[in-house]
Amino acid sequence: MKAKLNQYTPEIEPHMQSHLAAIVEAVYQKYGYDFRQYSEAHIKRRIMNRMAMSGLEDISQMPSKILNDEEFAFKLLQDLSITVTEMFRDPGFYRSLRENVIPILRTYPFIKIWHAGCSTGEEAYSMAIILQEEGLYDRTAIYATDFNQRALNRAKEGIFSNKLMKEYTANYQLSGGKESFSDYYTSNYDHVIMNQSLKKNIVWANHNLVTDSVFAEVHLILCRNVLIYFERELQNKTQKLFYDSLINGGILCLGAKEGLRFTDLYEKYIELDKKQRIFKKKY
Amino acid sequence: MQYDAVVIGLSAGGMNVMKIIFSLLPKDFSTPVIIVQHISPRSDSQWIGLLNDKSNLAIKEADEKEKIKNGTVYIAPANYHLLIEKNKTFSLTIDERVNFARPSIDVLFESAAEAYKNKLIGVVLTGSNHDGAKGIKRIKECGGLAIVQDPKTAESAYMPTSAMAAVKPDYILSLEEIIDLLIKIDKQKE
Repeated sequence: MKAKLNQYTPEIEPHMQSHLAAIVEAVYQKYGYDFRQYSEAHIKRRIMNRMAMSGLEDISQMPSKILNDEEFAFKLLQDLSITVTEMFRDPGFYRSLRENVIPILRTYPFIKIWHAGCSTGEEAYSMAIILQEEGLYDRTAIYATDFNQRALNRAKEGIFSNKLMKEYTANYQLSGGKESFSDYYTSNYDHVIMNQSLKKNIVWANHNLVTDSVFAEVHLILCRNVLIYFERELQNKTQKLFYDSLINGGILCLGAKEGLRFTDLYEKYIELDKKQRIFKKKY
Repeated sequence: MQYDAVVIGLSAGGMNVMKIIFSLLPKDFSTPVIIVQHISPRSDSQWIGLLNDKSNLAIKEADEKEKIKNGTVYIAPANYHLLIEKNKTFSLTIDERVNFARPSIDVLFESAAEAYKNKLIGVVLTGSNHDGAKGIKRIKECGGLAIVQDPKTAESAYMPTSAMAAVKPDYILSLEEIIDLLIKIDKQKE
């Protein structure tokens, strides 16, 4: 009896690992995106979701589909790239950024910031808003990078759904923002467009943390909720990349559930804010 | 039959239910317990500390890559999905909400079912959403044990009822009876 293999059934479990390996290998070989060291349970969930929507009968057909059907591969790539984000996501983090990081940045004549894994740009715009309010934006460059070009294109446009603005305004206020949040964008029916003045010093660039190397020496790195998807070894490798990209005394900001404790670099940073996962590279 | 982990899902009325669970589970309960409760994305982890103070067991928020240990209760952090890897460690993700929820019970249950196979107990408790129904079905398909709170005894019957519509549970019991059963199963390990 042939089991129905386009959805999860316990029958495919014994071969699951080799199916998944063949799928991520096909993506890597043909398109250069490397998911081979991503957490398996996550990758599996995303692949099985795509499988269920694909019309394929059997998961073993997926690698050749990836190799021969670019449109399908592109969809899968979008599935594997998590673009969920918010403006002022975790307001407590942005409050701490204002209180603990801005005073350090203020001491530099020119400030370079790397926002790694910026997705559709909401957090890069949040950063620009804070810097503008603190009078630092004119001497700052924000390098906002992601491997997902579609997300980057959206980030560059700076157009977001109007429905989200209520939540973002609340986040902004909770983060210690004192201005009128609606001054930062122009409403246009169901969308808003972020102000040109916020975009001017953001450089949007395609960069893959897994396969690309250091591209700038910076004062501040934000990489939030990216490392959770990586296996430990890849986490370590990426942390090394961040360490090498920071100046001495530079700041590293991670996601609320990410840390340095299990990396080789833990001793090389001071915790500026333990709860908000803000670290300072030792001199 | 021996079981290596218990996963529990709950939403509406969950906080009081959790207090009851932790007051009833004894200190020597060894099977790890992993819980998804629907909570506000903005809530911090303080409530877990408060629960921990009142419990016989060690209760903590699940950390990414953390190894699952006996005698410990893990709770999914707010605003993250909690998944279990084959090597019995946790993964966290922030992909889209599932059933309007992050953390989602289905996401935990499905990954747990695939990691623990027939060594898993799944429990669906009170809730006003159908989250958990697909997950408990997956647990059953993978050979695990499915327990659902008797809807008549749940603060909100919707979630248990949805679970029962998705799969025939092995047990339909009140909360106190569920805890008794878990303790009995846990004792068989020794």
